[in-house]
Amino acid sequence: MARYITSKLIYTLLSLFILITATFFLMKAIPGDPFMSEKEVPAPIRARLEAQYGLDKPLMTQYVNYLGNIVQGDLGISMKKLNQDVGKIIGQTFGVSLRLGMIAVVVSTIVGVALGLLAALYHRKFIDSLVMVLAVIGIAVPSFVMASLLQYLFGLELKLLPITGLRSPLGYVLPVAALSAGPIAYIARLTRSSMLEVLNADYIKTAKAKGLKWPAILWKHVIRNGILPVVTYVGPMTANIITGSVVVERIFGIGGIGKVFVESITNRDYTLIMGITLFYGIILMAARFVTDIVYVLVDPRIKLTSGKEG
Amino acid sequence: MKKKSWMMLVTLVLVISMVLAACGSGAETPTTGSTTPTENSTGGETTTEPTDANLAADQTLHLNLSAEPPTLDPAQAQDSQSNTALRFMYEGLATIDGDGNPAPGAAESWEVSEDGLTYTFKMRQGATWSNGDPVTANDFVYAWERVLSQETTPAPVYAYQLYYIKGAEDFNTGKTKDFSTVGVKAVDENTLEVTLANPTPYFLGLTSFYTFYPVHQASVEADQAWASDPSKMVTNGPFTLTTWTTGSEMDWTKNDKYWDAENIKLTNVTASIVNSGATETASYQGGEIDYAGAPTGEIPTDQIQPLSEQMPEEFKLTDIASTYYYEFNTKEAPFNNEKIRKAFAMSIDRKSLIENVTKAGQTPAFGFVPTSIAGLNNQSFRDEFPDSGYFTEDAAAAKTMLEEGMKEEGITTLPPITLLYNTSENHQKLALAVADMWKNTLGVEIQTKNEEWSVFLESRKTGNFQIARAGWSADYNDPMTFMDMFVSGGGNNNTGFANKEYDALIDSAYKGGNDPEKRMQDMAAAEKMLVQDNMVIMPVYYYTQASLTKPYLKGVTTDFSGAINFTRAYLEEH
Repeated sequence: MARYITSKLIYTLLSLFILITATFFLMKAIPGDPFMSEKEVPAPIRARLEAQYGLDKPLMTQYVNYLGNIVQGDLGISMKKLNQDVGKIIGQTFGVSLRLGMIAVVVSTIVGVALGLLAALYHRKFIDSLVMVLAVIGIAVPSFVMASLLQYLFGLELKLLPITGLRSPLGYVLPVAALSAGPIAYIARLTRSSMLEVLNADYIKTAKAKGLKWPAILWKHVIRNGILPVVTYVGPMTANIITGSVVVERIFGIGGIGKVFVESITNRDYTLIMGITLFYGIILMAARFVTDIVYVLVDPRIKLTSGKEG
Repeated sequence: MKKKSWMMLVTLVLVISMVLAACGSGAETPTTGSTTPTENSTGGETTTEPTDANLAADQTLHLNLSAEPPTLDPAQAQDSQSNTALRFMYEGLATIDGDGNPAPGAAESWEVSEDGLTYTFKMRQGATWSNGDPVTANDFVYAWERVLSQETTPAPVYAYQLYYIKGAEDFNTGKTKDFSTVGVKAVDENTLEVTLANPTPYFLGLTSFYTFYPVHQASVEADQAWASDPSKMVTNGPFTLTTWTTGSEMDWTKNDKYWDAENIKLTNVTASIVNSGATETASYQGGEIDYAGAPTGEIPTDQIQPLSEQMPEEFKLTDIASTYYYEFNTKEAPFNNEKIRKAFAMSIDRKSLIENVTKAGQTPAFGFVPTSIAGLNNQSFRDEFPDSGYFTEDAAAAKTMLEEGMKEEGITTLPPITLLYNTSENHQKLALAVADMWKNTLGVEIQTKNEEWSVFLESRKTGNFQIARAGWSADYNDPMTFMDMFVSGGGNNNTGFANKEYDALIDSAYKGGNDPEKRMQDMAAAEKMLVQDNMVIMPVYYYTQASLTKPYLKGVTTDFSGAINFTRAYLEEH
């Protein structure tokens, strides 16, 4: 296990290094800089700004300096959100995305698995068809359409829920629904097909023949085995959702990290772009890492010694 | 065993509630949908005279900002959202009254010397900062020095707004390190003396602009990040910032220490931060916000027409001091030829473009200075010097003009032409329509190309274009804010246009503040040279801004540039 974890860690660090390097040079290669606006900044003021942010130095020097700062845990100061620390901005906005995202993850997993399980148990019955129709809709409707529809229906027509912001607990309902619709549908389908496979497996028949009670079979054999694909999916999905859905955050006016990330790119806010990219990288790698470990724990069939990815 | 059946139960409940939710909402929609509009329309008809009796009990104004102010440091602000936010919190020497004229603000009164160069401001007695400290002349000296100083990080971009002050430019660009050479002195705590480089008729108006706001020295020096933390901001305006949740909300509360607090009716202001015109408009219709649209936010272009018909009482289009135009690269074929430039400018139908494409009631532009910029004697500059004579739309004449131009250049076919614009649905629609008009009237094929904002700015700056979309908005209420842009080598002059005669006219207007008539004539002559004689730019329209105001929200004023002032607003019973 230790060897497995070590090799995974090395891969993770290497990937992060490549990510930082590639983002840094690609970012500098795009035309424009943080100080561009419709009204040209007078040359002496621009020169001073560039010197203050170290942008007057050669590109390689800037790169080496940046790496040095990261190693010391310093992400720098935002160039557009003036005098604000990048680490602090990430902390604040990620907090918002995380809270919203975790609710969405929990809701998607519970509802998705429940629906999938029901569909599998009532295979080829009405409930099965209903769940599958809902799932197709959930997968097919993009989140921005879902978000706007929800806003229109519950905010504007029924006036039941707030249209924007997370000012009250009720404010969470629509964004969570918009964020979870797709994952619920996907998890439901995944659960259903995997459960169906398990239900038809020989060991279930054996268990039945042994005279085991049905709930016991369901819990010990069917769910435990059938849940594996869902576990694989939930890891990356969590990373994906908590890093902030750009579209949903924008539509509902939620000050999460996804919204800030997009703005930072439009603004060419170099330090903030780098900071958030690095942070995203860490989150995604960590989610993958955890998924791998959990997978090993849940499914003993995976060999630890090979070090291959599950 | 118990646990397992419980699991099943939960599963069932979840599924059933999902199904029920779906059915329930489907059935309810039509009935509620039909009642909502009538509610809105009855609400829109009540108009009563403002008296204390019909003030709403809850004086909380709800707004939306389409972009988050990057900072609330007046020295660093550059955008209209920051402008709205800062106006709640700060007050300059002068403010702008409802008629657009400078009125006493932090200064109680002022005197201007006969040569128009020296302004002596008397500070208002009893005006204090939100912590109780008096607002003194020294606060202004400190704030302006901070804007201009080489030491300020990051370097304030709008420092050049202070270049009207004698010695300010030299101090800012580092030619001198001695601030005493700059024409700002606190004679005593209550007297501020400002000396200008040239007589500047619009200087009083400028002192109401945010770059000129005072800041509280002790709190600024205490913390680098003071301008993003409400608990550390000490301000002198009608409201104080109480909370700022990054990316989602800002709240202000009435400042009881403000000198004119008795005339401030609002007790609280809450602004959500949502960068989506569609969501903003929906929030307005849902009653979550009291004001939507420019300059704080945005109404989607495709909703302008329907909204103006559905809510004529609440919908408003305002002329603002901004011009939409296409600029020619006069160094690049074929637009190095003046006649070819003229032919392109003459061959589009601006009225039809406005009616069918932009659809926001804009005014067709034939000049550069927009209609809302002031001239003399309470007339607008445009009234005094109409743009109608600069050129006329005439497809046949344009065609002849194009042929003449091509003959001059010795060419029989035009080189491939690309019209460049920054990525946006509105700019795209207009670009395609204009290209189509050119095809029909001149018979030329034009490519259109869009670039992301920063890339676009870079292309324009480096002259990597033939004809490009451009927009310019006023910094202050004087034609100069437009006309000085096209001087030879000007930082914003991307056209390659360089003309000594033009430069001389602008220079004369710069220095001629004591002869207002002549000054206006100089600028009008410069505009004629820019558009009629050289056609360096092709004006398209003077901007309007669209907004929705709830019928019970009163006392909101908008100035020439479209900047909005909510500080004296109040909410009526509704």
